[in-house]
Amino acid sequence: MIGIVGWGSYVPAYRIKISTIAEQWGDDSAAIERGLLLREKTVPGVDEDTITIAVEAAKNALKRAQIDPKKIGALYIGSESHPYAVKPSGTLVIEAIGMGHDVHVADFEFACKAGAEAMFVSYSHVKSGNMEYSIGIGADTSQGAPGDALEYSASAGGSAFIFGKENVKAEVIGTHSYTSDTPDFWRREYMHYPRHGGRFTGEPAYFRHVLAAARALLEKSNHKPEDFAHAVFHMPNGKFPLKAGKILGFTDEQMKQGWVVNKMGNTYSGSSPTGLAAVLDVLKPGEKTFMVSFGSGAGSDSFIFQATDAITEAQGKAPKIHDMLDGKKIYLSYGQYAAYRKKIRYNDIV
Amino acid sequence: MANSQRYHREIGHRYRLEAQKFDSGYVTLARRYIDPTTGSKNYEDIRLSGEGTILSFTIIYIPAEAYSLEAPYPIAIIETDEGARLTVQVIDCDFKDVKIGARVKLVFRKIREEGHSGILNYGYKAILI
Amino acid sequence: MRDVAIIGIGMTKFGELWDQSIRDMFAEAGLKAIENAGIDKLDSMYVGAMSSGLYTEQEHIASVMADYIGQRGIPSARVESACASGSIAVRSAYMEVASGMGDIVLAGGVEKMWDADDGSMVLATAADQEFEAYVGVTFPGLYAMMATAYMDKYGLTREELAQVPIKNHRHGANNPKAQYPFEISLDTVLNASRVADPLRLMDCSPITDGAAAVILCPLERAHEFTDKPIKIRGLGAATGPIALHDHSDLTKIDAVKLAADRAYKMAGVTPDDIDFAEVHDCFSIAEVITAEELGFFGRGKAGKAIAEGQATYGGKIVINPSGGLKSKGHPVGATGVAQIIEAVEQLRGEAGKRQVENAKIGLTQNMGGSGGSSVVHILEAI
Repeated sequence: MIGIVGWGSYVPAYRIKISTIAEQWGDDSAAIERGLLLREKTVPGVDEDTITIAVEAAKNALKRAQIDPKKIGALYIGSESHPYAVKPSGTLVIEAIGMGHDVHVADFEFACKAGAEAMFVSYSHVKSGNMEYSIGIGADTSQGAPGDALEYSASAGGSAFIFGKENVKAEVIGTHSYTSDTPDFWRREYMHYPRHGGRFTGEPAYFRHVLAAARALLEKSNHKPEDFAHAVFHMPNGKFPLKAGKILGFTDEQMKQGWVVNKMGNTYSGSSPTGLAAVLDVLKPGEKTFMVSFGSGAGSDSFIFQATDAITEAQGKAPKIHDMLDGKKIYLSYGQYAAYRKKIRYNDIV
Repeated sequence: MANSQRYHREIGHRYRLEAQKFDSGYVTLARRYIDPTTGSKNYEDIRLSGEGTILSFTIIYIPAEAYSLEAPYPIAIIETDEGARLTVQVIDCDFKDVKIGARVKLVFRKIREEGHSGILNYGYKAILI
Repeated sequence: MRDVAIIGIGMTKFGELWDQSIRDMFAEAGLKAIENAGIDKLDSMYVGAMSSGLYTEQEHIASVMADYIGQRGIPSARVESACASGSIAVRSAYMEVASGMGDIVLAGGVEKMWDADDGSMVLATAADQEFEAYVGVTFPGLYAMMATAYMDKYGLTREELAQVPIKNHRHGANNPKAQYPFEISLDTVLNASRVADPLRLMDCSPITDGAAAVILCPLERAHEFTDKPIKIRGLGAATGPIALHDHSDLTKIDAVKLAADRAYKMAGVTPDDIDFAEVHDCFSIAEVITAEELGFFGRGKAGKAIAEGQATYGGKIVINPSGGLKSKGHPVGATGVAQIIEAVEQLRGEAGKRQVENAKIGLTQNMGGSGGSSVVHILEAI
């Protein structure tokens, strides 16, 4: 049996309300909240970035896995906001969690599904017998341009998953990936903010790939929506995942637990992975969950996980994502937010 | 000005809180050859749990340039549960909650950047628990 | 070991000396001291400076300064112990004369702090770079933590602590060499801009340019040069841990007590014999704690005693008649030497409006970092 041995998440303590951003730009706050189904989002502290988030998430995953980090053979971390353009984030994370030096590390990048990719590759290492354990992390502190629609949703956070074959808490039943060249959202080198194709990001991008990966997996694994206790879809805003789920035949009730976006925002590479983490926090032995990621450019990875008897004990061993999202919160003004996110041009020193 | 050479040597204690416990019971995060009070050279390698108590603190209003974006911020001297003493920035908190005797936990954070193009420096900071 | 006397003194004004380079200042002080001593040839010299390299990108100032004061060819060395560099220079000169290795030796100190752009970073090099400066603490922040601990333990109030800079400014108003020769009010101290709680701007010694120099010779020869030789009767130096968090007690500075005990023992005097003292008030709380380490007041009592007037004219002892580091200024490497100069002027009876009556024995206490080093000199009018 191969699957998730430990999972963990981390979100910063800072928040900004959608209404605060709307007030700044003179947008209709109520309309935005209704249209995007978002209320507030997480903001990284001045001293936080993809690497620090990944470290905390990985430490939480280790708490649930209860294994010696030196047994993990590889670490993969996917993000759209790696702190360095050239120099891996993963190397810092292996040092911070004490994996030793005889490991394989790679950073991934594929818009919002870089985390799910890291998970897929880690799973494949264990499945192929290459390694005993491998960890896949999705973490981001991505930005939206000031005044752009993405500013309402782009947030910070991440989740980590340790894959193995011993003491599995959630078995991988099946996976499927669907990819095409679809330029719906991109950022050129040296540009500070990404750009996107407006409504083109919907049907031809998000929905095409999510639905294709989902349908293919459901068919080849012989599953129907009713077989699942929960379902998680990538959450660029509050509406898209609910609509995709509905088209496939999932209910709002099934999607509720993993639907963390309205209080977290879109943590990009951390989005569907964190939705999955929220589900694993409550999944009961024997129950199944469905998960589909989406990365612009574009592609989707779908997974089916089934909880084992070992999952219940592991759930309480690290903070649960909903507790973190509802726990300590420090709200920022737009000015503080702009300063933290370096949207303001500073003098040379900073 | 922590360049690559000086930075990479400190990774063990900065990322993993690797410390030493001498046979007198003296615990130090800073790597030493000799116990400064007993002269002993006998120690074992340990890792700090990261939990401790505030002994004293201040709020820094005028920082060195590399930290200017974070000011004002609290700095505290803490004693970890193992007995090691360190100086840390206290973050994600209300200043009024930073007190002598408050309990803290160390977390992994970015400490500073070497300007726009230099390396990033990481290490430990404290949150109130 | 021979007895050693001070026969010459010289210093620049302390302040923002935009028109003087580090060489200009040292030359002024050095040449004044040479003239004051009435000599023309030195046997050797020592230059105390914390960081001529980081402030002015000039190291090797042992060579530069020997040359610029017209003494090219003599042995010279730069010595450093952060803010105690000046008194370490004096101690070095003392040892050379006492041992008989040289007769006429100059000890000078200099710092050109206003030539730096990120001065806070330079001062932080006096603290633990990897365990203090790295985490974002500043120099004032270290002393602020001592203040927080002291005020919590002994109940010292913010208003009482303010009396330290108020007193020192009152003394410094009579010092023509001082950077800020004027009095300040309680209101000014309490409402000054925040630096590191509880310390505000008026609790902190300033950034200062300046240089100071003294000339030493064997006591038995001093009469060749002056009617008023001042004997170095006692001298003690000590180190402490570089990081404040390694102090045994955050309300104490062990290095000061160690250095003081050594100096008192060598001089054969006790704290009660001291008529005045120049102490290292880099921050208001530093004066409070060092006054206790020097034995002038009991543990936990110095803050209130100073606030009640026990450390000024008419009180138990006059502390910092020069105005201290706060009012006179604190060009790091020069401070230790300047403290000696004030003591010499007091003991010669040449301190003008600052004169401590019947000054016979004086003490100077200089300190590096948050107590990583300290040097105490005890001087006597012969």
